[in-house]
Amino acid sequence: MIIQANRMLKELRILKHQGRQYIKDLRRQPVSELFRGRPVISSDISRDEIVSACGICPSGAISNTDGSIDLGKCVFCRECEFLLKGRIRFLNDYRIAANKREDLVIMPGDDKPLRLDESAIRKDIRKLFRNSLKLRQVSAGGDNSGEMELNASGNVNFDFGRYGVEFVASPRHADGIVITGPVTGNMAEALEICYKAVPEPSVIILVGTDAISGGMFSSSPALDRTFIDTHAPDLYVPGNPAHPLTFINGVMDLLGLR
Amino acid sequence: MDNSYLEIEKNPSAVDLNEVPVIEYESFYTKVRDLLRNGSNHCLSYFGFERDNDLIFICLIADDSSGKVRAFSFSVGREISSVKSLTTECPAMHIFEREIHENLGIGFDGHPWLKPVRYPFNRKNRDKVMDNYPFYKIESEELHEVGVGPIHAGVIEPGHFRFICNGEKVLHLEIHLGYQHRGIETLLSGDLSPLQRCILSESIAGDTSVGHSIAHVQAIESLSGIVPDEKLQIERSMALELERIAVHIGDMAALCGDVAYQLGQAVCEALRTTIINSTQNWCGNRFGKGLVRPGGTNYPLNDSLLASILKTLDDTGRKYAEITARIFSVPSVLARFEDIGTVTAAQASAIGAVGMAARTCGIPRDIRRSHPFQYFRKYGINPVTTGSGDVLARARLRELEVAESIKTIKDLAEIWGHQTGSSGRPVYTEKLKPEMLAVSLVEGWRGEICHSVITDSRGKIINYKVKDPSFHNWMALALAVRNQEISDFPVCNKSFNLSYCGNDL
Repeated sequence: MIIQANRMLKELRILKHQGRQYIKDLRRQPVSELFRGRPVISSDISRDEIVSACGICPSGAISNTDGSIDLGKCVFCRECEFLLKGRIRFLNDYRIAANKREDLVIMPGDDKPLRLDESAIRKDIRKLFRNSLKLRQVSAGGDNSGEMELNASGNVNFDFGRYGVEFVASPRHADGIVITGPVTGNMAEALEICYKAVPEPSVIILVGTDAISGGMFSSSPALDRTFIDTHAPDLYVPGNPAHPLTFINGVMDLLGLR
Repeated sequence: MDNSYLEIEKNPSAVDLNEVPVIEYESFYTKVRDLLRNGSNHCLSYFGFERDNDLIFICLIADDSSGKVRAFSFSVGREISSVKSLTTECPAMHIFEREIHENLGIGFDGHPWLKPVRYPFNRKNRDKVMDNYPFYKIESEELHEVGVGPIHAGVIEPGHFRFICNGEKVLHLEIHLGYQHRGIETLLSGDLSPLQRCILSESIAGDTSVGHSIAHVQAIESLSGIVPDEKLQIERSMALELERIAVHIGDMAALCGDVAYQLGQAVCEALRTTIINSTQNWCGNRFGKGLVRPGGTNYPLNDSLLASILKTLDDTGRKYAEITARIFSVPSVLARFEDIGTVTAAQASAIGAVGMAARTCGIPRDIRRSHPFQYFRKYGINPVTTGSGDVLARARLRELEVAESIKTIKDLAEIWGHQTGSSGRPVYTEKLKPEMLAVSLVEGWRGEICHSVITDSRGKIINYKVKDPSFHNWMALALAVRNQEISDFPVCNKSFNLSYCGNDL
């Protein structure tokens, strides 16, 4: 008895030392100033500046014609900002998910928060999953940083489970799939099988630049992106890797949570 | 002086490729076998590449006692279809010979297990496909097989595990990987800008972004004659230790989760967050992506940042000591850790285990000590070892190494404060020396990372070989679960936490 009480006291002391760990407001949690989120490109960026930014961009995210940055291709290295000394700036705004692929393209002069296009969200999604969304994660060539961030979204800090959003162990228990990685040829079949095992209306979420466009691997002959090319994702979550708050806020917007 | 090999004295180093003697295979076989019989030598990397219609092979043997690397080479013409396998006498060579066979088609006579490694897109034999992997089978009415994967129950990378079980007991586990193959070596050997290569190196294994990117820039710097400032070397060494601390604490959380000790899991998750957020405060990315660049950095350390990192380390270190003391005294945790998934020192040594997998069997193998790089050349590390080779040893190492790394960072911070130099800006215009072999070693949190780079007569990279420590250590997991309950597999797997993408490349 005494030993057990003693053990419990020790554990209570540990809990006390930990204090409150969960993030109260997942919408407005501040992150490091240096976090690389939504970029802002000067509206008067010159032709020469665009050309030099294109020259250094490692993943072809910057358009050679209009100087826009495609967050679906950007690996968030910030090298264009360093090169052009502030003509392009990466803000620490982590709410950069979108439900339309073209909305990930940031034009010069754009400086408004990225939000989902409500009219393009499939009706069933909010009707069925607003209070509970169970997801199956498929890593298809992900480098494990994206996977770790998705795990973190359910941890004691972010606690996404508070909204009923969780990862489950089988596609048959899931309402949708979350794909990370550029989709390797060796995972293409397994991804397809997993998706088919999810009951309708199966939600598709692409997490990380690798999943959205192939990222740094887009030219690799080892990929097979047929699945991505032939399905319509419900949500795009950019990042290298995507921050848990980017994923969480994107999914909250998709479900219509405040 | 033995002139059958080239001795590489420093880590990292770039040596003239033409100074590596090309010897007959017979002689190569004998020399390498004799060296590997001595426990202080192990194979870092062994690979082949095509040149002028011949296949050239390079084998790098590290000597832990002298800190040197011996580079051996032989070549075979197109008419040769196979050579004698070293694996029968040196089991640690099994994985290298399998990889060479898969990539280049050359056979290894007598190899007991010449199976595919990762099914790369450019494999020699296209008839070999994922679906017909030649699993080991035992015919018996009493045994059954259990297949797991490629997609697992948790949020982790894919791989297939095939168990042969007698009831609940595992007789044999075969690990079939390759699902994560992205062709990263082909990309790194291709026509990329220096920045593109650097960013790719951060994604070889995203949980080891700092480790692999340091290995990469070391290779590039040695090929272009750039010597990083001492201040920069200290900063890189600190970032590497921060990565080690973060992953170890995260793994401790996962180990607790696997044995249903929720307090340990929740507390360690929260503590890991403090460390990766420190890395984010340093460079804007929780995994250190963007921090390591050739010749300099975009994110030089500064006094206030360093002070906040040290404060976090103090606080987190104290709380981690508190929770680990608790974890290792809970009977229900110990019952699931102790004597579970044991790898003996003899097994670890035979399979060429590196890093944590070696140190938890009492083998003090640590590149920071044996082949020091960055500031570890001046700041000596004493490798932490635990000896029992079981899940408990691997969990304990994650307790002890965190304490050691916190101490290391504090010491390095002190030295950093006295530096007068500047960590410098990144250099993306470097010109690589022609006809070189660069060898770069880093002790990442999992263990030894080796990048070997070969340039042609114009200084263009023609072969980029990456070796992640997991490449050696997956076999340790297969051995660990033999004669264990199959229900202990998850905790055994977690206790190694090996890289799928680091293996599949």
